Amino acid sequence: MKIVDALLDMNTSPTSELAARYRADFPILNLKVNDKPLVYLDNAASSQMPQSVIDRLIRYQTTQHANIHRAVHYLSEIATREYETARRTLQHFINAREDREIIFTSGTTDAINLVMHGYGRKFIQSGDEIILTNLEHHSNIVPWQMLAEEKGATIRVVPINDAGELLVDEYEKLFNPRTRFVALTHVSNALGTINPIKSMIAFAHQQGVPVLIDGAQAAPHMKVDVQDLDCDFYAFSGHKLCGPTGIGILYGKAKLLESMQPFKGGGDMIASVTFEKTTYNTIPYKFEAGTPPIAAAIGFGAAIEYLSKIGLDAIAAYEHELLNYATEQIITIPGVHIIGNTRTKVAVLSFIIDGVHPHDVGTLLNQEGIAVRTGHHCAQPIMQRFKIPATSRASFAFYNTKAEINTLVEGIHSIQKVFS
Amino acid sequence: MNLKSIYQEVILDHNRKPRNYGTLDNANHHAVGHNPLCGDRIDLALHVEGEHIDRIAFHGESCAICKASASMMTATVKGKSRSEAETLITEFREMAVGNLDLSGPHHLGRLAVFAGVRDLPTRVKCAILPWHTLQAALNSNAIVSTETAEDSIHAANSKA
Repeated sequence: MKIVDALLDMNTSPTSELAARYRADFPILNLKVNDKPLVYLDNAASSQMPQSVIDRLIRYQTTQHANIHRAVHYLSEIATREYETARRTLQHFINAREDREIIFTSGTTDAINLVMHGYGRKFIQSGDEIILTNLEHHSNIVPWQMLAEEKGATIRVVPINDAGELLVDEYEKLFNPRTRFVALTHVSNALGTINPIKSMIAFAHQQGVPVLIDGAQAAPHMKVDVQDLDCDFYAFSGHKLCGPTGIGILYGKAKLLESMQPFKGGGDMIASVTFEKTTYNTIPYKFEAGTPPIAAAIGFGAAIEYLSKIGLDAIAAYEHELLNYATEQIITIPGVHIIGNTRTKVAVLSFIIDGVHPHDVGTLLNQEGIAVRTGHHCAQPIMQRFKIPATSRASFAFYNTKAEINTLVEGIHSIQKVFS
Repeated sequence: MNLKSIYQEVILDHNRKPRNYGTLDNANHHAVGHNPLCGDRIDLALHVEGEHIDRIAFHGESCAICKASASMMTATVKGKSRSEAETLITEFREMAVGNLDLSGPHHLGRLAVFAGVRDLPTRVKCAILPWHTLQAALNSNAIVSTETAEDSIHAANSKA
């Protein structure tokens, strides 16, 4: 876990407030909510968009829009070029070998469903086993359950300890000759736990089992290198990386993608069509049926360029500093408990306040202009594991400040007063 | 909307000390109300003698708004007839989604403290769930959810 070690090292050295440099790039952060300055701490659900990405979307819609890969006219050529440029931006962002290993999807959920349909339905049979973890959110559980039900396969689940860490020994014990696939989150959305995926991928490969990584919560917060990780698939979404909604990517090793069946049929994913037979296009187009969200893909590329300029290592270090600061503040408040206490976390702080339901916490914090997520975070198995109905989750981005964390802490104090 | 209009003392008090909280022996009507989005769960038991609700109890896990709504609901409908309860269910729903003019005639009394939820669309379901559950119990439905297709809470919300 090189990334984590680096984070922990950096934690001991002072990091200047990244927010001071980049906050002004985000117009929405000037908003007032209930007459209070917005304190946006729901970044794990969706991050905000900088002006440069907004401007890029406007430029595309104003001067570049046309359908792609079809026409020979000027606008179509420009739109096609920009769309494919965005693909290469994503390729370099995660260090994929080739741009054809990047498939644009509508998001992480769509990407996982693509693998389920394209790989799972072809290669997973009755009696086979699929390994998931207790840390998955619903997007990386439900598609595999649907597949298991259809095929008569079995889901095996890696348990976690009380700190919210995967029990890697138990993971290894789950493997047997029937194990066909591993689907594993890089970072837990509800607890922030960073999983030791590199060694877990290596172990699965020793057994000849491919691994999909759900990177929705990791890609915004740390440098991801798919070649270094050697994962077979990696999925994440644009809107958690300062980009638009409705766009994400699936990275897949070219050989695997080539072996898979198309998930959706339609235009652009074919080489030729007659009523007798259709032959499919090459990757990545085989998996991009129909007109894609062109503007969103180009906006996603712009967001990646923006984040790359700041640097994911700098973002990770600063967010870790924010997390440490917030953790130190919140653990000192009597009656408040943090759920997920591993040292290797991204900047997600899930907590419960004794005697106050998280939904009341969310409503009361909103009165102070503070946006946190409350609920089960589409990860009900984690809530069941900790025997709680829900948590309140503050999740930080590089544009958040320590002053905002102080506002959150004051908010928690005032909630406790209301409920005392 | 100001904070005081929903988290006022009467609601906080019912949350702290819910009335009619627990189980009921010999209940002849029962329903479980569930909001899968937030995990609120209200287990409601009634004993209806003839046309009258003579005993009622609830338990479950929920937020303050839901629990206070359940507590005040049980305190209000205890001893009332089915048709009086049905009227209250309708009026409470209409109030929660902002369709009831509280200055006009109604039977809600202190339940009007919940009027503030109309400005919190995400919390309307919390307040209505116990009433939805009561209706299910009176109609002998075992389980209701805020998220089923034919759900009247959705219909109510869409008006908000």
